[in-house]
Amino acid sequence: MKKFLSKINRRDALTLLVLVGIFAFFFIMLQTGAASHQFKNMIIPMTYYILLAISLNLMVGVLGELSLGHAGFMSVGAYTGCFLSVMLVEHFPDLPMFVYLPVAMLCGGLMAALFGVIIGIPALRVKGDYLAIVTLAFCEIIKTVIINLDFLGGAIGFDTDKIVPDRNKALTLLPYAAFAVIVSAILIMNLVRSKHGRAIMAVRDNRIAAEACGINVNFYKVAVFGIAAFFAGVAGVLYGHNDVLLKSSTFDFNMSIEILIMVVLGGMGSNMLGSVIAAVVMTALPEILRDFSDYRMLIYSVMLIVIMLFTSAPALAGIRERLSLNFIKDAVTKRIAAAKAKKANKTKEEQK
Amino acid sequence: MTLLIQTLIQGISLGSIYALIALGYTMVYGIAKMLNFAHGDVIMVGAYTIYSTILLAHFPGWLGVISAVVFCGVLGVVIEFLAYKPLRGAPSLNVLITAIGVSYLLQNMALLLFGGNQKSMLPDSFDFPDVKIGNTGITVTGEVIFTITLTVVLMVALTLFINKTKMGKAMRAVSEDKDAARLMGINVNRTISVTFAIGSILAAFASLCYGMSYAYIKPTTGSMPGIKAFTAAVFGGIGSIPGAMLGGFVIGILEKLSSAYISTQFTDAIVFGVLIVMLVVRPTGLLGKKIREKV
Amino acid sequence: MSDRKTVMSVNGTEMFSPPSNILIPTRDEGKKPVLDVRGLGIDFGGLRAVDEFTITVSPTEISGLIGPNGAGKTTVFNLLTNVYKPTRGAILLDGHPTAGKSVAQVNRMGIARTFQNIRLFDQMTVLDNVRVGMSNNTRCNFAESFLRLPGYFKAEKRSRERALELLSIFNMESEAYTLAGNLPYGAQRRLEIIRALATEPKVLLLDEPAAGMNPSETHALMESIRQIRDQFGIAIVLIEHDMNLVMGVCEGIAVLNFGKVIAKGTPDQIKNNEAVIEAYLGRQEKKEA
Repeated sequence: MKKFLSKINRRDALTLLVLVGIFAFFFIMLQTGAASHQFKNMIIPMTYYILLAISLNLMVGVLGELSLGHAGFMSVGAYTGCFLSVMLVEHFPDLPMFVYLPVAMLCGGLMAALFGVIIGIPALRVKGDYLAIVTLAFCEIIKTVIINLDFLGGAIGFDTDKIVPDRNKALTLLPYAAFAVIVSAILIMNLVRSKHGRAIMAVRDNRIAAEACGINVNFYKVAVFGIAAFFAGVAGVLYGHNDVLLKSSTFDFNMSIEILIMVVLGGMGSNMLGSVIAAVVMTALPEILRDFSDYRMLIYSVMLIVIMLFTSAPALAGIRERLSLNFIKDAVTKRIAAAKAKKANKTKEEQK
Repeated sequence: MTLLIQTLIQGISLGSIYALIALGYTMVYGIAKMLNFAHGDVIMVGAYTIYSTILLAHFPGWLGVISAVVFCGVLGVVIEFLAYKPLRGAPSLNVLITAIGVSYLLQNMALLLFGGNQKSMLPDSFDFPDVKIGNTGITVTGEVIFTITLTVVLMVALTLFINKTKMGKAMRAVSEDKDAARLMGINVNRTISVTFAIGSILAAFASLCYGMSYAYIKPTTGSMPGIKAFTAAVFGGIGSIPGAMLGGFVIGILEKLSSAYISTQFTDAIVFGVLIVMLVVRPTGLLGKKIREKV
Repeated sequence: MSDRKTVMSVNGTEMFSPPSNILIPTRDEGKKPVLDVRGLGIDFGGLRAVDEFTITVSPTEISGLIGPNGAGKTTVFNLLTNVYKPTRGAILLDGHPTAGKSVAQVNRMGIARTFQNIRLFDQMTVLDNVRVGMSNNTRCNFAESFLRLPGYFKAEKRSRERALELLSIFNMESEAYTLAGNLPYGAQRRLEIIRALATEPKVLLLDEPAAGMNPSETHALMESIRQIRDQFGIAIVLIEHDMNLVMGVCEGIAVLNFGKVIAKGTPDQIKNNEAVIEAYLGRQEKKEA
């Protein structure tokens, strides 16, 4: 076990542990009936938002490209997956869910990945804020096109209620959602800790130096677009199966921004734990604030501003240092580094 | 032919509104190097200010416009001071998220104060008479003439301000190089505040034009024109003032043309599609500066 | 190879192999040059930033590129690595033209470089910086990475060991897990060299490797440069303002001024070259009749 743990990055192990913990908690709450109605409705959204946040973090935090089109990829996945599920359920009424739901997720993800690559190629030409606009524009185009496609329900929406007939949807969907999210998280974290992940981060840190190291920057950019879109698509399929009616107008840039907020608050970069926690908290927050009725979105927006000011204002760096547990983290990192260095020296001596 | 000319005139009118808003985006971007996502909502605030002074408090129309201009200008400065100034030097993405937070805040304040139902923004007395051009069958509404005239006047004034005044020179200097400007004795903080004030004042005028063309307002009113104007700013090359004007007109005309000749439903898709093609061909917009990366 | 043999045609003009311009070290005698640059030039607007730049570098030669500020030295490096597209001329690496290749492809062909203004991957560890350099020599496909198949572990282990080995050249293995951005200046310069070496180049271009280093660090760097040449058997071209380093380590030197090569030769020849002295110190008043 120790050997296994040393092989996978400790932070990734912690992320996985937290994920498993969250899902176990959800499952227990649902099984025992301890979950309130309100909480029940939050569970599946929390799982797909985790997936959305992780995949957007791959794009924004690891590749370093700002995308405002994540909701667009999500909608492609949602419509593809749900269309497929509806077809399968209609034509093969006896088909069990553990067959058609994974198929729908895979196909939804693949279709979204295709769109990701299609959007990623022209996006190579632009960067920074311009890229944000190009992705936002693509997202709006996808939205407009879907509204005008009659076989996807047009402006009325696409009826997905019959896919999961169960009344206790959250409990039915949770195992699939949990499985999909955990597998996706493992895949994404594995990628980040590999040669390819390092190449992607190199592109983020210094594109010119990455090129000079022989890294095919364009290839990696398009690849990340595709990969991130794939997982957004899978999340979209979950969204669609949890909902009763798909309306393409919900997948607008505001949704992309919501996901972006999670990624930024969670702390961008190779560590996915922040995205996971931020996704859970930010999904729950508007619901928790529901007691404040009319004031809840007002409080939400004030909190967002205050959190951003507190976490990123350069003037508050000193206070942050004192309040946070950074000094513990630093001490631990230092010890780990020292231990590793010692080991490295030892092996070197042995070689001599 | 009549339809084409009429569509073009409507497009220019809509484009004027976009251009006024886009100027706010582009000036703030040029000087503070940030995307002020809340800018679209300043229009909404302006619209509600006009609505409250004229329709709720029954003040005369000119006072409504003046109060909107003053209120938006002050609001712009206050937002900058409270939300953006503390973040100067922070990663740009974090500033963007804060701006989104401000946008949510403005929308929700309006929602609390005025409710979610749409309201008629201006009284009927604000109608201008339509103008018929000879016997060509072309009718231009008074609102369109007012909007275009106001926009042209504001643009000329802005251009003069930027090019002829000391503050305008300071703004150009800060947008070129903040640190060098500071070393030359320019008060960078004040320059940024003035920029926000000007951008917000332009947005207040845009809200007047918007109200005259669309009549109804609600708390999310500023969102879509904001995004469109933002696209216009990017289209023209963000940071460039003539670019924002040009981009605004292009996007406005494009929108009206495609809804008149192609499809009303696909209008947004067409506008955004042209934007993408444009950015792929010219990655820094129509008039944006090409930046050569130094190796 | 005969001196007048047609090698290739660039922009319609026939290129001829010029006589070797820089002294070939005796150990490289009879070997073809690894880097053969002919008539290279680039214009920025109307300015001829580099013109008629012609040098050859033999396989294990250490050569220097010197010249006053703004002479176009870094531009030459940018041309050699295809960051800039040359307006004129051709570059042959081991006999293969690099024209039309991307920056990454040129690196894979065998030219690696460091940068004057250090360009490290700041948010990554020292070890990972080196491993990025090894990317193209690490065999591990996407499936192996995603699913952690045995190939992944093999590749990771090999790349880690190799990277630590490379780091030990500059005694940096104890810093392996520090973030590159947190390293002191001198160490950052050394890391850039290691990262470039990790790409397994045939020619290593060093852009002011001693900038910001103190004399003892510079002295150590000289030793390291020689060690790299001997251990890896590669050619090194360096831009440097520190004349002790240039004269101490380079076997051939080219002097650039206003984008043109004004002198080539051994360190001793360069030291006494009038044109060079003039470029650095300015024209001496000539006695006029």
